[in-house]
Order: sequence, then structure tokens, then C-alpha cells
Amino acid sequence: MQKVMRDVLVEKAVSLLSDGTVDRVLGWKRGEFSYDITPAVFESADKIRDDFVWNEFCGANFSKYLVAQTKKTEGKLLVFLKPCDTYSFNQLLTEHRFDREKVYAVGIPCEGMADIAKLKAIAGDGISSVESDGGKLCVTTVYEDAPVAVDAGEVLLERCVNCKSKKHAAYDELIGEEGEVLESGRFDEVEKLEKMTADERFAFWQNELSRCIRCNACRDVCPACTCEKCVFNNPASGAENKAAANSFEEKMFHIIRAFHVAGRCTDCGECSRVCPQRIPLHLLNRKFIKDIDSFYGEYQAGAEVGSRAPLVSYTKEDIEPSEVFDGRE
Amino acid sequence: MQMNEYKPLIVAFCCNWCSYAGADLAGNNRLSYPADVKIIRVPCSCRVNPMFILRAFQRGADGVIICGCHPGDCHYTSGNYYTRRRMALLFSMLDYLGIERERTRVEWVSAAEGAKFAATMNDFAEKVAALGENKRLEDLRCKK
Amino acid sequence: MRKCSLESMNTVLAEIAKTAALYLPVDEKEGRAAYKKWSEGTGWSKQLNTVRSPKDFFFPQVENLMEFKTEGKNIEIIDTRSESEDFVVFGVRACDVKSFEILDRVFLSEPVDSYYASRRAHGVVVAAACTRPSETCFCRTFGIDAADPYGDVAVWRTEDEVFWQEKTEKGAELMKKLESLTEECGVEAVEALKEKTAKIMDKLPLAGLSADAFGGDKTEKFFNAPQWKSLSEACLGCGTCTFVCPTCQCYDIKDFNTGKGVVRFRCWDSCMYSEFTKMSAGQPRLTQLERFRQRFMHKLVYYPANNDGMFSCVGCGRCLSRCPISMNIVKVMKTIGDKADE
Repeated sequence: MQKVMRDVLVEKAVSLLSDGTVDRVLGWKRGEFSYDITPAVFESADKIRDDFVWNEFCGANFSKYLVAQTKKTEGKLLVFLKPCDTYSFNQLLTEHRFDREKVYAVGIPCEGMADIAKLKAIAGDGISSVESDGGKLCVTTVYEDAPVAVDAGEVLLERCVNCKSKKHAAYDELIGEEGEVLESGRFDEVEKLEKMTADERFAFWQNELSRCIRCNACRDVCPACTCEKCVFNNPASGAENKAAANSFEEKMFHIIRAFHVAGRCTDCGECSRVCPQRIPLHLLNRKFIKDIDSFYGEYQAGAEVGSRAPLVSYTKEDIEPSEVFDGRE
Repeated sequence: MQMNEYKPLIVAFCCNWCSYAGADLAGNNRLSYPADVKIIRVPCSCRVNPMFILRAFQRGADGVIICGCHPGDCHYTSGNYYTRRRMALLFSMLDYLGIERERTRVEWVSAAEGAKFAATMNDFAEKVAALGENKRLEDLRCKK
Repeated sequence: MRKCSLESMNTVLAEIAKTAALYLPVDEKEGRAAYKKWSEGTGWSKQLNTVRSPKDFFFPQVENLMEFKTEGKNIEIIDTRSESEDFVVFGVRACDVKSFEILDRVFLSEPVDSYYASRRAHGVVVAAACTRPSETCFCRTFGIDAADPYGDVAVWRTEDEVFWQEKTEKGAELMKKLESLTEECGVEAVEALKEKTAKIMDKLPLAGLSADAFGGDKTEKFFNAPQWKSLSEACLGCGTCTFVCPTCQCYDIKDFNTGKGVVRFRCWDSCMYSEFTKMSAGQPRLTQLERFRQRFMHKLVYYPANNDGMFSCVGCGRCLSRCPISMNIVKVMKTIGDKADE
């Protein structure tokens, strides 16, 4: 259950729209089922009242949409940001990717988003509705007469299981209470992999990456991937590919993509959320974040605007590439 | 000498100002290093994009080494400092994916270090030869 | 109709695998299934569907067409094709079976795609009836009966038995091999199963969805509909919908320089991509709105226009469950269907 209710957000959106502060609202739009929610731009109070939703399935991070949306009109856009979204928001500002003046950001607290695949694994398929009730998600299916109540905490998205912060890094206005930066176990999985032998790690990634269908969803949803022309879309780059022809190309795409966002990735987890094959892509990004933290000092991309990313900076005493493995098996 | 002895193919990205001149000096001094080291001259070690390294492996390299000026001596003041950060992270990532860590290396070789250049290449070639052919980052289409 | 016990399935599958490569849906992690080659002990997944559709078997994501070797001024062209071996795809759902018919109309009409044709000739499709459809299913909209699939052979799975029915000559040949492992039986159990599934289908949220508003003569009605703007607004331009779709059939042909020669290959392409059908003059569909529109207009209008009114969607629901932003053909049909003039 989210602490701030939908109606509060609806009223906020409607009032900002009617007093002229903003001319559009970026929000989550109701779908066919309870969980298939689409990001949408609302332009009227009626549409907001009818279609705006705020529940456990509003995982989408709106920050990247601001790049295109702020170029569309001269007016202001209202955007709702969960704590983790605000880091992407700041990172994009640091990179001068959108005009801050054209955005009115409302921070909203988040109690974690649900993973529909995890929910279905417990409650079954054929879902006709999902209702939020306290800390439970009550799932009705066409197969069972009585709804199944599932603990919301049990079906959190991976990124929410290891939530790094309930504190907003940016907003114009905050609804509800501000949270804290959390101690999360988000590097535990990375450490587990590091402790494996090279053969085991290779087998692990071979198995994961071989499922990649090169749909590019991870890249296209990523708030750090805002290049006008991606190297993998550019026929002149020599690396353009519409489908990975073999395991080399699968690896190349994911290594290069993770490298291109290294130091800029805020660990928002959108890549893993949208992957149709459930490849744990966040483990690549977290590896870079973990290494950056240990080699060059703690750094959280997007914690503030204007910070210098680790890969466009250096010190004379930096670790040598040959020393990287010192002390590791 | 055995005819079928396995010789690794090594790609060495050398900075124009230091390491490439170091290679020259090694040649002038008649110091030997394996003929299977293919040198690619780059304006600065930081010109080496991670994609270059992966594509070298794709096209059949068994090892990739990047040579640049010693930290502090970069012709462009700071290029090799960036190289140092990038490669530390990239090599750590390749290791994380299970690629043998001895297949990649960064070495600082100045224009005066012909002997170091030859020794580095000999040592690197030996280490890579011990690993055998690059299988984990290979593209079978390029092996035919 | 013939039947065997569910327990004996391993023996039955082993018999099929003796003479042909056998592929079937196998459980992967977290409730997902994928087609894998059968080997002793491989279990048949109970999942409703695989993430990737079985179109891979006839139209693979990447396939080498030919190679070139150059020496001096000579170019040698090498046909890299090896005659496809016989194979059986087992456990294909009714919607996916129908998708083969849609692909056939594209690849088997003149000029015939010989790569595709060869695979079709060598492949036997064993369809599996659905008993537990999902909320994302809407195959009925396109006249498909999930409980009574086509294919070369159809099978129905109950708690402890598997029922078999041959549908084509190829299917009869396969069933002949299984004669000693299956026994003749009546149709009562299967009829009961069909009825049960039909009742569930009635209750599904998309049960009433109709495609009547669409068809080959509707280009003008829908092409400039104002709703495309809001529908495509959030589209990321990724290729998830296309690559999980059993009927999407667009591809690109590219050359890869191996350093020693050239490999010409074909790979899937997506109209959602900014590089789709790019020509020297540029990309004909400049914004995501046009690319988005292309995908749905193709399925609901252009394809029917060229194929006797047949839609190129089978209602498998893969795009509904996989789209990163949950935009899909159902939302398009509902939003635009009868309101395109507003």
C-alpha cells in the first residue's frame, strides 16, 4: 500500500493544471488490467480524474521522458517522481539534457513497486483484478472463487528489494513525508559473483546473456542512455546490429552499454524491470558502481546536480589497472 | 622448432608519443619480441575506446595490451589518467564476466624504454600463450 | 483419437526424437518457458506460453544466407545452406500454430523464400490445446479456438493423460510411429476439456474484444486518426513487441566483414526502430508516432488488404505481458476502433 493515496495526487495535478502552474501532467495511465500501466501526458482535469492511477504497478521512471517532453512546448510540465526517479532527474540535469525551468517536479514517497511476474508465480495466471489492501495485494483470478492475498513485500521488484533511498534528491514540492537514504544490500549479489571462479562466472553470464533477444528495451528505457544516436544504431560505427548474431555480440552489447553508463548510472533498475527475458542487467551496472566506490571513493550518480562523474575525472594516485585484482582470488 | 606450435595473436595499442617510439627503439636496439604482436598506433592511449578492445578479440586476438606514456608524462597532459580509470573498470568488468584477466593489460612505456617494451611484450605473449586460444570472447565467423 | 498416460510421455517423446530433432517448451527461471531441444528426461513445461514464439524454427532471428570469398579480382559465392534435417516442434499453442499460416502467406507466396520453405517442409508441428488461458489471451478475437488447435497433430493434456489427434498427412506419419505407445480412445474426455476451456475463455477480461472495425479497406479511416499521438507518446521505440510477436516478419539483410571474407546474413528487424527501412534519402517514418502506427496498421489493415481480410495478429498476448510501458495492440484497438473520426 502506498502511503500517499491516488486521490491526493489527482487533486494536486488538477489544481496545478487549473491554476496555470503547468499545462501538462506526466502521470501513470490506467490499463486493461490492474497492472498494465502506461506513462501518459494528461492535458485536462477530466482525463486525470478518469485515468490517472497510482498504485503498486507504477514502476516507470519518468525522468527520461522529460528530455523529449520539455522540447515540445514552452509551457511547464508536472512530473511525479518517486525517490529513485529523482536521482535520474538530477543526473539528466547534470548532463544538461532538459530544461529545468519547464518542469514542476512533485516528489512522492514510495513503498516499493510490485513485480507482476513474482505476483503471478504466487497467485496464478488469469488475473481479473488486483486490489491493494493494507500491506497485501488481493488478487482475483478467473480460476479461483476467492481472492488470494499476497504480502506486498514478497513480490517487490528487485530494485525495491534493495531500495537504496527513500529520500528524494530533487523536487519543487514534496507530498507526504521525506524518507532516508537506506543501507541496502544491493551489492550482495555482485559480491557473490565475484567470489565464484572465472569459469563459474563465465557460465553464469553465458546462460543469462544468451537469452537476450536484442530488443534494446534496456537501452531505450535507460535514463542514462539519451544519446541522439546510439552507437548500436549507427551504421557508420561498425558496431550497429539489429540482432546479435552470436554470443560475442550479445556480450559486446551489454558490456559496452554498461560501460557507456558507468559513473552515470543511478541504479534505478529500469533495465532489469523491462527485460522481457529477465536478464539481471542491474548486476552489470552495480559491478561498475561497486568498483567505482572502492577504487575512487563513494559516488552516487544523481545525488546532487553538477557532480563530476568518476570517468571524466582522475587523481594522480589512482589505482593501476594491474592492481585491480590485488587481494582477489 | 615445431611447426604447429601455438602462437597467440596479440594486439598492442601504442601511444604515438611514448610507447610507439619505445617500440621503435626496441627495434633499433635489435631487441626481439614476438612477431605476433600487432601494433596499432593511436594518438594517445585514451583514444582506445573499450569497443576497440572487444573488437580486437572478435577479430581473433588472444590478448590485448594498451601502452601509453607514464602517468604525468602524457603529451596531452592528462589523457593517460583517463585511460587508467577506464581500463581499470573495463578489465575488472571483463573479469567479472569470466574472461581470463591475463588477456588484457595496460603498461606505461616511455620513448626511452625500448628494453621495457620488448620485455613487456615477451612476458605478455608468454602469459597469453599459457592461456591458449581466446574462446570466451570469440566470434566464430571470424575464425574460419 | 489416441491417448497415452502422462507418465509414459518420456518414452513417447524419446520415440519421436529417434527420427527427428524434437523441440518442446521447457521451464526456465521464474515461471518462464523457452523451446529447447529434447533430451532424455527433459520435462514438458506447463506454462501457457514461451517468451519467444516458435516462429524461430521457421524464421530464425539470425540466419546466414551465403558467404563471399574474395581473391584478387575474383569473388566466390558460397552457398552455406545445409539441407534442413527433419524436426518436430511439440507443444505449440493454437495461436502460434495460426501464426505459421500468416508467415506462410508472406514467405511462400511468389517469390518463394526457399530458406523458409525448406524448414516448413522438414518441420512437423504438434499443437497443444490450452486449458489455462491467461488474462492477456484474446485469440478468439481472431477466430482461433485455443482448445482445439490445428497443426499436424493436436494434443490435449489432462491431469494424468495425453490425448493425440492427427490433423494432416505429416501428422499421420508421426502418429504411425507412436502406434505401439498410444491406444485408441473415445473423444469424450477431450470434448469435456474443450467445454471447460471455453467457459474460462468466456470469463477472460478480453473475451468481448472485436476486430470488426478493422480490415483491408480501412486505411483512410485510421491512418490520420488523432489518437495515434497519445497512444505512441510513451513508446520507447524498443523492439520487444516485435521480437516476441509470432507474426512479425520484417527482416534486414546485412553483410558482416569477417576480416577473411564476407558473411551475408538476415536478421529480424522492427518497424519500431529508428533505422527500419532506412534508405539513402533517410528514414521514411521520421518520428515514433509513424513507426508505432506502422506496426498496428500493418497487423490490422495492410496485411488484411493483401491477404483476403486475414489479420496478422493471433491474440497470443505476448506483447501485452512484455511491453516495458504496457502499450499494446488491445489498447490500440479499443482506443481507435470506433472512435477514429472523433
